[in-house]
Amino acid sequence: MVDVTREFQDIERAEPEDVELYHPHSWITKYVFSQDAKVIAIQYSVTAMAIGMVALVLSWLMRLQLGFPGYFTFIDPATYYQFITMHGMIMVIYLLTALFLGGFGNYLIPLMLGARDMVFPYLNMLSYWIYLLAVLVLVASFFTPGGPTGAGWTLYPPQVILSGTPGQESGVFLMLVSLVLFIVGFTMGGLNYVVTVLQARTRGMTLMRMPLTIWGIFTATVLALLAFPALFVACIMLLLDRALGTSFFMPTLVEMGQTLSYGGGSPILFQHLFWFFGHPEVYIVALPAFGIVSDLISTHARKNIFGYRMMVWAIVAIGGLSFIVWAHHMYVSGMHPMFGFFFATTTLIIAVPTAIKVYNWVLTLWRGDIHLTVPMLFAIGFIITFLNGGLTGLFLGNVVVDVPLSDTMFVVAHFHMVMGVAPILAIFGAIYHWYPKITGRMLDEAMGQIHFWVTFLGAYAIFFPMHYLGLMGVPRRYHELGEMAFVPPSAEELNAFITVVALIVGFAQLVFLFNLVWSLFRGREAGGNPWRATTLEWQTPTTPPPHGNWGKELPVVYRWAYDYSVPGAAEDFVPQNQPAPAGAAE
Amino acid sequence: MSQDRRWLLGGLAVVFGFVGLFLASRAGHGIFYWIGLIVFLAAVGTIFGFVRAAFDEAEGKAQTPQHLVPLTMLAVAVGSVVFHFLSPWWWSPIASNWGYIDQTIIITFWITGVAFTAIVVFLAYCLYRFGHQAGRRAAYEPESRRLEFWLTMGTAAGVVAMLAPGLIVWSQFVTVPEEAAEIEIVGQQWQWSFRYPGEDGRLGRSDTRLVSNDNPLGLDPNDPNGADDVVVQNVDLRLPVDRPLKVLLRSLDVLHDFYVPEFRAKMDMIPGTVTYFWVEPTRTGTFDILCAELCGVGHAYMRGRVEVMEESQYQAWLQQQPTFAALANGYARVTSRSPDGGEASARSSVR
Amino acid sequence: MTVIIAFLTVLGAVAVWWLSRQRLAAKPWLEASPAGSFPDREAVAWPAAKLGLCMFLAVAGSLFAVLISAYSLRMRAADWSSLPGTGLLWINTWLLVLSSLALQWAVVAVQRRDTTRAAAGLGVGGVSALLFLGGQLLVWRQLNAGGFYAESHPASAFFYLITAIHGLHLAGGMLALGRVGARVSMADGDAENVRLSVELCALYWHFLLVVWLLVCGILVLGPWAEWLYAICFGT
Repeated sequence: MVDVTREFQDIERAEPEDVELYHPHSWITKYVFSQDAKVIAIQYSVTAMAIGMVALVLSWLMRLQLGFPGYFTFIDPATYYQFITMHGMIMVIYLLTALFLGGFGNYLIPLMLGARDMVFPYLNMLSYWIYLLAVLVLVASFFTPGGPTGAGWTLYPPQVILSGTPGQESGVFLMLVSLVLFIVGFTMGGLNYVVTVLQARTRGMTLMRMPLTIWGIFTATVLALLAFPALFVACIMLLLDRALGTSFFMPTLVEMGQTLSYGGGSPILFQHLFWFFGHPEVYIVALPAFGIVSDLISTHARKNIFGYRMMVWAIVAIGGLSFIVWAHHMYVSGMHPMFGFFFATTTLIIAVPTAIKVYNWVLTLWRGDIHLTVPMLFAIGFIITFLNGGLTGLFLGNVVVDVPLSDTMFVVAHFHMVMGVAPILAIFGAIYHWYPKITGRMLDEAMGQIHFWVTFLGAYAIFFPMHYLGLMGVPRRYHELGEMAFVPPSAEELNAFITVVALIVGFAQLVFLFNLVWSLFRGREAGGNPWRATTLEWQTPTTPPPHGNWGKELPVVYRWAYDYSVPGAAEDFVPQNQPAPAGAAE
Repeated sequence: MSQDRRWLLGGLAVVFGFVGLFLASRAGHGIFYWIGLIVFLAAVGTIFGFVRAAFDEAEGKAQTPQHLVPLTMLAVAVGSVVFHFLSPWWWSPIASNWGYIDQTIIITFWITGVAFTAIVVFLAYCLYRFGHQAGRRAAYEPESRRLEFWLTMGTAAGVVAMLAPGLIVWSQFVTVPEEAAEIEIVGQQWQWSFRYPGEDGRLGRSDTRLVSNDNPLGLDPNDPNGADDVVVQNVDLRLPVDRPLKVLLRSLDVLHDFYVPEFRAKMDMIPGTVTYFWVEPTRTGTFDILCAELCGVGHAYMRGRVEVMEESQYQAWLQQQPTFAALANGYARVTSRSPDGGEASARSSVR
Repeated sequence: MTVIIAFLTVLGAVAVWWLSRQRLAAKPWLEASPAGSFPDREAVAWPAAKLGLCMFLAVAGSLFAVLISAYSLRMRAADWSSLPGTGLLWINTWLLVLSSLALQWAVVAVQRRDTTRAAAGLGVGGVSALLFLGGQLLVWRQLNAGGFYAESHPASAFFYLITAIHGLHLAGGMLALGRVGARVSMADGDAENVRLSVELCALYWHFLLVVWLLVCGILVLGPWAEWLYAICFGT
């Protein structure tokens, strides 16, 4: 150990001489305008979960309408469309993106890499407050005349700004402004995450020693940084079309018998811009989930992740490929038909690295020592739902199969399975896994079991049968089926069944919220490393880690993140900061 | 397992049992009944398992490893397959030449279904076989290049087996036959209008800027090709059977999507451009037209009907329709008068 | 969307080049190191601020690439007509070149520990950038007077939008430049402290100059750009 201290003097990035200098002094700077990544992470997470609850309630309302059309008179077509729009946008952007990158990114990147904090803490703080502002602007649209926009989360022009769509008075303004704010805020945070991963890793933490969680979050952040500008541009242009009457996306059109003054714009252009962002967005949500699930499975199966190198390459490959598949959302948009060949091929190619990841998770379980803890259960739930959703993606990615299925409930079922249920299960697993580090106490196991089983089985029962509604031809975004000759009456029953299950699943989330609060005070004391995990965040001197994370000395990394059940080792895990015995292979 | 946890899980099983009973009783019909019954039986089985475990513990028998989790995962896989084969919800009988699309879907179902079942069953087996036991240690196996290589190859083969037929059918889908007759469908909030080419078989030019009360689809009056075009609104679309059709799609205001589930083919309508697809109706009958692209509050009400009829019947009907030129020359607008009377107007749009 | 794809390909090539030097094919489980001996953490040697700025430039670059992509996608529609060029744009372009050169001069000065000249360079750069912004406003007024309103045609709408976003980036840079200028003039010969800041300002300025040259070329020389596009991509 003497050697280690000597080595410290050579570290290029000079440590500040007095670490205490970092520490904020007043309550406000410590808990409110904090520049500590961990506090910012919690702020991000709490905000995201709060707005996520709003979106959950919206989903109940629309399920009630779909399951029992006509019973709930306060839901008319206009409000229904507002519900689906806000539900979709909140879940994708303000919950999933913010929670994975703003929440887990902020908490885990510095801790897992052995850094004291993000490299630009002030920018990081600003990022959160702009995000909060974006959320508030979004919520404000519920209280404006005309309500929030009801154009669907894809916000396709021309209808998004025409009077046949609810919320075109002011809701659409607030939505676009909120998105622009979100992107600005996210970019501040995202630059932080990337530079921190590139620069602030501790001594010995080579790229190939990083846990897959970091690989996932890092790659997703790069994707987000490069993809969000497309949404930014689309939002600004749409805003100008609405506010100033420009015609970026607006062709000549006759609305309700009136010829409008627009002319010369291209609605397809918006779709290209939107999906150029929108497809990487899927992976912005999926890649961190991939990483987190890899780590959960490895830790709780007490076995190294199978094929670590392949997992890293697959993450990078998926990240790269995700930029050249966007138009598979536009197969029936009337774009040039030749594009179909190209985008179907790239889309199905991306299935290969994705499949490899699934195999490697399952193969990690093979000959493992599987502890069926709550995080592990959620990870398994993730594999099954992600596998299911990924496979139905092969239907929709294969251009000609997409023709009958696009814009039906099949699509709804597919993307909820693959980027709704699956990432949310990964998030839950991650919260059960890292909560002890964040608070020092374990979440309650029994409540966790109930939460998992109801959520997993319920969500599967909701979305699996829904595919068959779509196969039958039921279009999405219909607030009621009405009279359709090809739809048997039993479809209404299936809808009612889905609604009942959705309500049950929704209420199970209250168990989770209660667990979060209850365990904060009454949970079992966790100790520093309750899961006996190898990664650095479990090796902090104190739990929960204080500002600056590591006390006086930064940890030093001697091995990769997955030394579980190493033959010959005393324990079934070897922490990353434990040196190999002298004389071992270098 | 601790006593507390057993009570909690047991309570949960009871709740689920009641939910199952409720579902089974609610409709007493088809799938509801079965799902409810399965949930109920599963709940009873779980409670039985708990009781047995409690007795075992009281008698001091060694605790058996937990099989509940692997069994449930197995049930998910098996249940999905069973659901697939027993579900009463399947696509509507096809009425066009796009049977190839259905076949591609079937191929995809088989490949993905096998992959899904195999992986989940394997997962369940791992959970069953390698559940934690005191004193056991996991194997140490960082990677296996050979296994990963063969898995990659297998996946690639599966992907090719889905992609190749898909692309072949797509090339058919985008190659409109020479002899296809043109027909135009125009969407606007929230109704469908149709235009037939008339004697010359060609549609005249159109422009959204020319739309007016007397010229609802914006036809160009100076284009001779358009003079004999037939414009119909507020009636069913009529198509001849067994003739390839190039369906030209136009929108006057926002995005719409012409969608007839029985035809399988569909395409968006984009204001400012003309999109198309081709289809050959293969059986007579009446089918629903839906809008499949969100187009405002009336989206779900934007309905229509297409009637596929014998060629002779179709021609007879078409002959009776006034041409665009005739209408423009001051004939009364009689477009909604159709051979089979007022039936059609009842089904017009919500506007 | 070819422009943004090309831009991302370049970024991707840089990323692949960098990753290829990170031993991604290593087998990390074989490489546990004994105490006191560990591989380098392989961090990028640049200062964090510089790396952060480069990342931001990548983001801003993709923003402009997307804008240009949208513009060129729109340009290929049948009813397209480009804007007339105006002589004022040339003057503005020279102003921005001057501004960039002045900042480069400041960098050289600060590297020679001459803070007085550096401050002068920053001053000249700042003033000419301000003049550029003023000139852009004049261009807007000219176009407006010529009947090219934002709502009259996509070409003018794109022109206003892209120049506005470029101008906002420059205006944001002016804030940073002001702060750096103040620090340099108060540095009193202590060049080391401000060297990095001056370099970063210059880097940002050069980036905006390159963006401007591309944007201006494509906006004003629209037909020519289309011709080039046809040669490059065969459409």
